[in-house]
Amino acid sequence: MTIATDWIICEHCDTLYRAVPLQPGQASLCRRCGAVLWRQPRLGLQQQLALTITAALMFVFANSFPVITISFEGLANAATLGESVKALAQGQITPMAAVMGVTVILAPLLQILLLFWLLGHACGGRVAPGFKLCMRTLEHLRPWSMLEVCLLGILVAIIKLGSMLSVHPGIGLWALAMLAVLIILISGKSVQQLWALYEART
Amino acid sequence: MSELPFARDHGLVLCHICSKACQADSPTCPRCDSAVHARKPHSISRTWAFLVAALIFYIPANTLPVMYTQMFGSASENTILSGVIEFWKGGSWDIALLIFFASVVVPCLKFFALGLLLVTCQRRSRWAMRERSRLFRFIELIGYWSMLDVLVVALVAALVQFRSLSTVEPRLGILFFGVVVVLTMFAAMSFDPRLIWDAEVTDD
Ligand SMILES: [Zn+2]
Ligand SMILES: [Zn+2]
Repeated sequence: MTIATDWIICEHCDTLYRAVPLQPGQASLCRRCGAVLWRQPRLGLQQQLALTITAALMFVFANSFPVITISFEGLANAATLGESVKALAQGQITPMAAVMGVTVILAPLLQILLLFWLLGHACGGRVAPGFKLCMRTLEHLRPWSMLEVCLLGILVAIIKLGSMLSVHPGIGLWALAMLAVLIILISGKSVQQLWALYEART
Repeated sequence: MSELPFARDHGLVLCHICSKACQADSPTCPRCDSAVHARKPHSISRTWAFLVAALIFYIPANTLPVMYTQMFGSASENTILSGVIEFWKGGSWDIALLIFFASVVVPCLKFFALGLLLVTCQRRSRWAMRERSRLFRFIELIGYWSMLDVLVVALVAALVQFRSLSTVEPRLGILFFGVVVVLTMFAAMSFDPRLIWDAEVTDD
C-alpha cells in the first residue's frame, strides 16, 4: 500500500518528495532536515479498532476507580481523576481545572470516541458520517492529550505523600497506565491512512 | 543540498491537517477543507507575542506560592522552587530533580530555544539549519511535560483532605504556571519551522 498522494512534503522544511511504498513499521526521513516524513503503520485497521475499544474500557476504569488511596491514623481518603480536577476548581485558580480537565479527561475521551467512530465505519467498508470534521478534530486534539504526564504526576504524588502517610495505588492507576500506552499507540499519525481510503471511495 | 526541491517552487503547499500536497493558489485544502498557507500567517510576530506573554507570567508563577500545606498542626506555603528544595533536603533528590527539570529546565529551555529560532529566522541566518530544525522538534516534544507540577498539586490537594488534621490547597502560583505552559505550547504551534530553511532561498 502506498501513501495517499504521489507527492509528500516535509512539514518542517517544505522539501518536496515523490512518495515511495514502505513496509509496515518503516519510516521515510527528510534528507534536508532529518524529520520523519511518513511512518507506515504497523497495525491494520481492525487491530487499531480493537485497541480503541480496549482503550475505551480502560478509560471507564481509570475514571471510575480511585488512582491513589491514602490512610492516616485510621482515616482513609481516595481520589479519582475527576476529584483531582475538582480540587483545582476551588478558590482563585478555577481556570486551571478546565485545563486539567481537557488534558487528562476530555481530550483522551474525544480521541477514543472519534477513533471508534472513524475506524468502526472504515472496517465496515464505509466512510463515517462527518468524516472530515472528525479527522480535523483528531488532528487538533493530539497536542492537548497529556495522559503520560498525568501518569508521571501520580507517581510523583505517591512518592511525595509516601514519606508522611501510607499510600496505596488504586485500580484507576493501573487502568490509566494501560490507557496512556494505548493512546500513544492509536493516536499517532497512522490514522491519516484513512484519508487514502476516503479518496479511493469518492 | 540545493538539489532537493522546495514544494513552494513547484506551486505546491502542504495541508497541515491531512498532509495533502495542495495547489498553492487554492485557499483551502480540497481533501479536508482546512485553510492552507504557504507559511503560517504572521508566524514570527505571533510566536513573539506568546513567548513574551509566557515570560511575563513566568515571574508570578515562580514567586507566588503554588501550594498551601497544613499538616500535623503546622502550616506552610510553598513556591515551585521551595518545594524542590524541600524534596532535596528530605532526601528525595530524584523527585527534586524531576520536578526541577519539568518546572524550571523545560520552560527555560523552551524560552531560550524559541527566542533563538525567532532571532535567527528574522536575520535569515544560514547557521546550523539542520540543528535548529532538530531543536524545534525537540522542544515541541518535551514542552508539555512542564504540566507535571500542576497535576501533582491537583492530586495531592484532592487526596489530603482530613479536615482539621491536615489539608492541602492549591494556590495562585499554579494558575500562572499553568498559563505559562499553555502559552509556550501556543508559541511553539505558531512558529513555522519552514522559516528556518527560507534563508536558503535568496531571491526575496
Ligand atoms: Zn524536512
Ligand atoms: Zn487537508
